Amino acid sequence: MSEHDHHHDHARTFQPDHPEPTTDAARVGLALRELLIEAGHYTAQEEQAVIAAMQGASPANGARIAARAWADEGYRQRLLDNAAEAIHELGFDLAPYEFTVLENTERVHNVIVCTLCSCYPRALLGMSPAWYKSKSYRARVVREPRKVLAEFGVELDDDVEVRVHDSTAELRYMVLPQRPAGTDGWSEERLASLVTRDALIGTQRELPLPEEQ
Amino acid sequence: MSEAQFGVGQRVRIADRTPPVHHRVPWYAKGKTGIVVRVCETHGEPEKFIRGDGKPARRLYRVRIAQRDLWSDYAGSADDKLDIEIFEHWLEPAE
Repeated sequence: MSEHDHHHDHARTFQPDHPEPTTDAARVGLALRELLIEAGHYTAQEEQAVIAAMQGASPANGARIAARAWADEGYRQRLLDNAAEAIHELGFDLAPYEFTVLENTERVHNVIVCTLCSCYPRALLGMSPAWYKSKSYRARVVREPRKVLAEFGVELDDDVEVRVHDSTAELRYMVLPQRPAGTDGWSEERLASLVTRDALIGTQRELPLPEEQ
Repeated sequence: MSEAQFGVGQRVRIADRTPPVHHRVPWYAKGKTGIVVRVCETHGEPEKFIRGDGKPARRLYRVRIAQRDLWSDYAGSADDKLDIEIFEHWLEPAE
């Protein structure tokens, strides 16, 4: 890892290794943050804590929820009926967003997008991948979802209904993938290890089991 | 909290308009017809939020639209759908 070779006084406001702003919008954003902190609306420490929490979240959180749903039928039902409440049981909270879980079945495949910007359940999936925010994905997955999914390696028969979910307002989504065959009796922890970020977004359908040791 | 004007299973049409403010209806859904699949909570109105507090809050719905109703040349299955979140003031009953 290379040593960062210049030092600013930015540590009090944001990540010390954050790149220098290069656009007017970024400079305005930086100035606004500094003003809000100087005026006492929140502290630099609070901002650091929010950034740390965002960066600390990872798809392991979503994987834990999926594994619980696979292992516990009652939980699965609660998750599909009212996901916001069900994830409280595992210590997660996406309020004020209405968290919603979409279940893949033999006949239905779900995939998530935010065409207007890049809404994403960060607390459960971590930071979104660059492709999720790309104009290409956002424009194409609503227009030709089967083609986009095929590019991700998801080939769907015609009798599988594709449901694209456009995250346009106050809901946030996660896909509940199908439980892979051959996992009977597995612990939740072991089940969770199979679940990938892309499967929780819906750009992956099959979850392969690790090779036998 | 205001009474929901539409119920699950009801056919609704999304308004085809473009107010000169921030709004959360993508162009491809404007003027399209679908079915309410969920009555959500109420949330601040995006068009007002930009000018203040988003009040009054508006009822939000999940609306399911057949892909072939969105795109006349849609190449996938006739069963394919798109679910989208639309606020009540953008919806009207449809036959």
